[in-house]
Amino acid sequence: MIIHEPIIQIKSMKKMYELGGETVMALQSVSLDIQKGDFISIIGPSGSGKSTFMNMIGCLDRPDSGEYFLDSEEVGKMKSSQLAAIRNKKIGFIFQNFNLIPKLTAFENVELPLIYREMKAAERREIALGALKKVGLADRANHLPTQLSGGQQQRVAIARALAGNPPILLADEPTGALDSKTSKEILEIMNSLNEQGHTIILITHDLEVAKRANRVVRIHDGQLYENGGEWFADNKNGTEEH
Amino acid sequence: MQTIKMALKSIKGNKIRAFLTMLGIIIGVSSVIVMVAIGQGSTKEVQDQIGSLGTNVLTVSVTGSDVTFKEDDANQIQDVNGVEAIAPTVSGRVTVKNGQTNTQVSMIGTTSSYLDVRDLQLQSGRFIADLDHDNHSKIAVLGSDTAQTLFGLGDPVGESVKVNGTSYKVVGVLESVGSSLGTSGDSTIIVPLSTGQRLASTTEIGSVYVKVENEDAINFASRLIEQTMYTIVGDTDSYSVSSQEDLMETASSVNETMTLMLGGSAAISLIVGGIGIMNIMLVSVSERTKEIGIRKAIGAKRGNILLQFLIESMVLSSFGGIIGVGIGVISAQIYTLATGTAIAYSVPVMLLSFVFSLLVGVVFGVFPANKASKLHPIQALRYE
Ligand SMILES: Nc1ncnc2c1ncn2[C@@H]1O[C@H](COP(=O)(O)OP(=O)(O)O)[C@@H](O)[C@H]1O
Ligand SMILES: [Mg+2]
Repeated sequence: MIIHEPIIQIKSMKKMYELGGETVMALQSVSLDIQKGDFISIIGPSGSGKSTFMNMIGCLDRPDSGEYFLDSEEVGKMKSSQLAAIRNKKIGFIFQNFNLIPKLTAFENVELPLIYREMKAAERREIALGALKKVGLADRANHLPTQLSGGQQQRVAIARALAGNPPILLADEPTGALDSKTSKEILEIMNSLNEQGHTIILITHDLEVAKRANRVVRIHDGQLYENGGEWFADNKNGTEEH
Repeated sequence: MQTIKMALKSIKGNKIRAFLTMLGIIIGVSSVIVMVAIGQGSTKEVQDQIGSLGTNVLTVSVTGSDVTFKEDDANQIQDVNGVEAIAPTVSGRVTVKNGQTNTQVSMIGTTSSYLDVRDLQLQSGRFIADLDHDNHSKIAVLGSDTAQTLFGLGDPVGESVKVNGTSYKVVGVLESVGSSLGTSGDSTIIVPLSTGQRLASTTEIGSVYVKVENEDAINFASRLIEQTMYTIVGDTDSYSVSSQEDLMETASSVNETMTLMLGGSAAISLIVGGIGIMNIMLVSVSERTKEIGIRKAIGAKRGNILLQFLIESMVLSSFGGIIGVGIGVISAQIYTLATGTAIAYSVPVMLLSFVFSLLVGVVFGVFPANKASKLHPIQALRYE
């Protein structure tokens, strides 16, 4: 369900990297509005600036210039401690390589964002177990990541992203390390989470994956184009570039 | 609380490394505990010996080798105001033999007043009489250990022993002066002063024990004796007059010096231990860069990461401290059982070395923890 009230407003965002004297314009003046409850995918070939853009949306890094409002807060110029708090409350990250902490059990990984919220142990427990249940892994709460399959690990990561009940779920190539069957399962979870009201931003180079979203935007050489879906359908020249 | 649990977990995850990391601290702390226990044990022994002197007794020692101090000179102290009794002594080491059994003991040649001045008790027989002194009698009073060594459970009074080859008649046995004195206090043989001077082949008096009439006037008496000694000896560096209190002070100043040295070596070993901790923590930070990135991505602030690593190094160092105290106590116990030397545990020293090791954890943990907390989340996440 899309509510017409932007949760993300990005205007003329720029980011460049200096690498050995050369400057790479990873993002050149990108503007994007995302509505609350939307499911949007950002598609583009490798090196096009997807991860850079995700880092900006996810408040992991600050843009060089431009405006960024997240839930009507100007986050583009916040201090790193404020950004940490925003990440904790507003964004749930789902990474390509799961990024679970190997020493911690599934349950402990899921409760981590709540620990940084200074929530009481009993409350954390309830929420974390609830999140694991949502992804169908309640019975694996005490397993270590190494004792779980790739698909299960990614579901734990989704549970972790959900635990803090953030308005935005940000997934960077969430199926990139999974086989097609497990990929489908993960994407179905994403779809159902969207139906439950989470705003989802899915970053991928795979058109099949991107098509799960209501809206597909395309990124190329650090520039954003609205008509992602049609462009790829017409040209068939995105996926193989990966 | 949660942070401590996390720290324990990550330490448990690599026990051997944690142990090796703590080793420096363990060795540092346990060696401090052992050394202090032994050091204070011997200090206590010395203090007990001094304590047995009694608070109304002064010791006049002649230390200069080129001065003469004879029995007549010593007797002048008797005339000093406030002096109740004196016991001039000459001392040396002798071999005492009964049949096939022989033992090395310390010989004290003295007068009849020694028993009263030193506040000793007789177990059996009598003490030296003035007549024995005048007659150069070959009689002896045995310390309780000497008696037991030579005669076992039998009564030595009336028997004779050979002192450096000459036959002496045993007239009495002293009561033990107590175990706190250690072994040397009871391993003695006391002979008349004149006889003792022959045994030691000297006519000099080594030291004089002085009993004062009034305990409260002991400092006054001490000053008067100093003056008398000056007129006799004529050189202030060749004699000393000391009360129990003075000796205690000297002993405790020795103790302080020793404590300082122990403290210094402890500090060095703990610093070395701290460097070990810092080293491992730095390795741990770089190994866990990815973890730090993940934690930061999901909302850990700099302070959270800093605290996590700091607590980890503090847990390591304080664990090391606790284990060190434990090993120290056990080793000191083994030492005292094996050698029979007295030891004394000092709770403040144990607490202090524990606190110090905790502090080492903080000081040497700050740098790695700060390094971890400053990692940029993206760089950390990209790290493989
Ligand atoms: N930390 C960085 N330092 C230097 N260059 C970078 C850095 N991150 C990304 N880039 C460059 O920016 C461009 C976009 O990268 P990225 O956002 O990772 O693309 P994608 O995720 O679409 O593959 C690439 O040319 C990449 O080399
Ligand atoms: Mg990427």
